[in-house]
Amino acid sequence: MLLTNLKHLETKNAAESLVHCNENVMICCGRMGPMCVPVYEIMEELQPRYPHVVFADMEFDTKDAAFIKNLPECRSFMGLPFTVYFKNGKAVHSTSSIQTEDQITTILNNVFTEKYK
Amino acid sequence: MDIETVVIAGSGPAGLTAAIYAARAGLKPLVLEGLTPGGQLTVSETVENYPGFPDSLSGSELMSRFRKQAERFDVRFQRGSIQEISRIENQYNLRIKNNTTRTKSLIIATGAQARRLNVPGEKVFYGRGISGCVTCDGAFFKDKKVIVVGGGNTAMHNALYLTRFAKKITILHRRTRFKADIYEVEKAKKSTEIEWMVPWVITDITGDETLKGITARNIETGEICTLECDGIFVAIGHQPKTEVFSSIVKTNQDGYIIVAPNSTVTTAPGIFACGDVCDPVYRQAAVAVGHGCMAAMDAQEYLTREE
Repeated sequence: MLLTNLKHLETKNAAESLVHCNENVMICCGRMGPMCVPVYEIMEELQPRYPHVVFADMEFDTKDAAFIKNLPECRSFMGLPFTVYFKNGKAVHSTSSIQTEDQITTILNNVFTEKYK
Repeated sequence: MDIETVVIAGSGPAGLTAAIYAARAGLKPLVLEGLTPGGQLTVSETVENYPGFPDSLSGSELMSRFRKQAERFDVRFQRGSIQEISRIENQYNLRIKNNTTRTKSLIIATGAQARRLNVPGEKVFYGRGISGCVTCDGAFFKDKKVIVVGGGNTAMHNALYLTRFAKKITILHRRTRFKADIYEVEKAKKSTEIEWMVPWVITDITGDETLKGITARNIETGEICTLECDGIFVAIGHQPKTEVFSSIVKTNQDGYIIVAPNSTVTTAPGIFACGDVCDPVYRQAAVAVGHGCMAAMDAQEYLTREE
């Protein structure tokens, strides 16, 4: 399990359920490595500012992480972590490798707005 | 508002050494971990030149040992970085996210961040073929062709690490001389999977969904060539993370904080700098450790004098 204060997704079913039962979901799929940890920490910090978004992590080296890895949006990804933003059950944005807080907040502000409904 | 005695910005070798010394001096330091806890060393697969570890270890393991040692002396850790700093008489207000912390002294050990190539295509393919961390992303390049850009120890380590996965590795360097230790260059030269392109620079990165190749220019002859590849690992050095401090301490033209000779004293009273933020020459963990120790002792002396 990843050592974060985020919601941990340990199975494919849990991930599917989360994205289908919540309007706005951000999932970061990675390891406890130097490119991933900063993203988890940014997500933890952003949680209180984005109460309408569910922030979760998923361990990359598990079979069930195929839920994220096999998404068409992640087909070309070659850098950890894989981060996917879901709106009403659909992946609407994704990024590969480390991201800054500015990059993440820009995406959150952009994708979790009316235009993706 | 509570007033801190000493805040240490950065959690790499310099910051954590400063923290250990400051804690043992009873200064109750608060360490701000920054964006990458443990600093740049955490992306190094192998550290072979840090004394005391004859069998080598990973950068992450080394930094977790530093942290464990700091925790033993009750060093406090806080996530985040300083976003704004202002002076209030003999103290400093530090804005960290939405909070403000006041401190009597500050040790800047924010280190440096990896340089980017700054060529067309780099932003597009970062995470889709371009990476700065072989331990994080090396496995994505199984049986692929990759280029390692750089001529330092990190570039040599990266190339050798990638021989576990990639079918062909090219070290591309802009000079014919290498900054890496001869020992490291020789090790890389012994590998049959590693090829060399010197003195070349990348001028363009191309691909579709993923990276497919580069255009490069020979520095001496001006010759241009294109090369197919699936990945690029960038190891071309670092630049100091000092932007937020440049209004309060003097920096040189490259952004390194200027400190008084043989000390860590900056141009602002009560602010000290150590490690890669003030070291444009050596930039080694072993040097940063010494600097960190000096900064804690300089801060202690300053605080005693101010009392």
